[in-house]
Amino acid sequence: MSQTSAEPMRVPIRKDTDLTAVRQQVRALAQRVGFGLVQQTKLVTAASELARNTLLHGGGGAAHISVVHGERGRGVSVSFVDSGPGIPDVDLALSDGYSTAGGLGMGLSGSRRLVHEFDIGSGPGGGTRVTITSWTDSLPGGIR
Amino acid sequence: MTGDREDPLPGPSIPVLDLGGLLFVSIQGELPDDAAVQLQEDVTAAITRTGSRGLIIDISSLDMVDSFLARVLAEVAASSRLLAARTVLVGMRPAVAITLVELGLTLPGMATARTVTDAAATFGVTISDTVREERNAT
Repeated sequence: MSQTSAEPMRVPIRKDTDLTAVRQQVRALAQRVGFGLVQQTKLVTAASELARNTLLHGGGGAAHISVVHGERGRGVSVSFVDSGPGIPDVDLALSDGYSTAGGLGMGLSGSRRLVHEFDIGSGPGGGTRVTITSWTDSLPGGIR
Repeated sequence: MTGDREDPLPGPSIPVLDLGGLLFVSIQGELPDDAAVQLQEDVTAAITRTGSRGLIIDISSLDMVDSFLARVLAEVAASSRLLAARTVLVGMRPAVAITLVELGLTLPGMATARTVTDAAATFGVTISDTVREERNAT
């Protein structure tokens, strides 16, 4: 399991321009730990999807971005936390094509494929926390 | 409305250039959500104003395309098609292509080309080859 090495950087998600800040900070840390371009892009894209979920479904919240160390080398972990209505049926929300916001329905399900670890915790009324982690020591292609 | 939230300033809109019958849009850097939505309105207005049959969208400077932006691009292309203009997407970076496929977004129905010159050629428009020949010669 991962071990956080430093205090996570907190980026608030209150408006759509905050998504830019999330993407930039995730990109910066991914570069710093030595991710290749494809892996950087996958992580940043997953972060963008989840940050938008935090904004649209969670009513805003924050991203907590940190460098982590584990068996697979160094990694970047991002947690998206909101205090919105939560996700009543996580399995349904994770299926391709399921959307409640009129989108393509690929954000949550697709972002899971872009990272090595994907953890979601949610209960109706309890808000949502989604944590994604990718590691330097990995095969390309998002193989978990 | 809360008082501490600043008024959202309308971001700089993306220029839609009329290259004599072809429309050309180059998306530069970070694209805020509202600018992406504005793009669709600007493009469709430009198509009807100019009577263009083709739209070239250059995304070579984008280091990320998420599902939101992919949807905007697909909707720009779809609405352009309804106005009898065809869209060609140009310059996608390899890492972006890999990520989009893994996301499950292959942008079906959108034509792609490697370069603006190639895209223009699909409309029967020749962009002078002199620059490319000079580059190959050096």
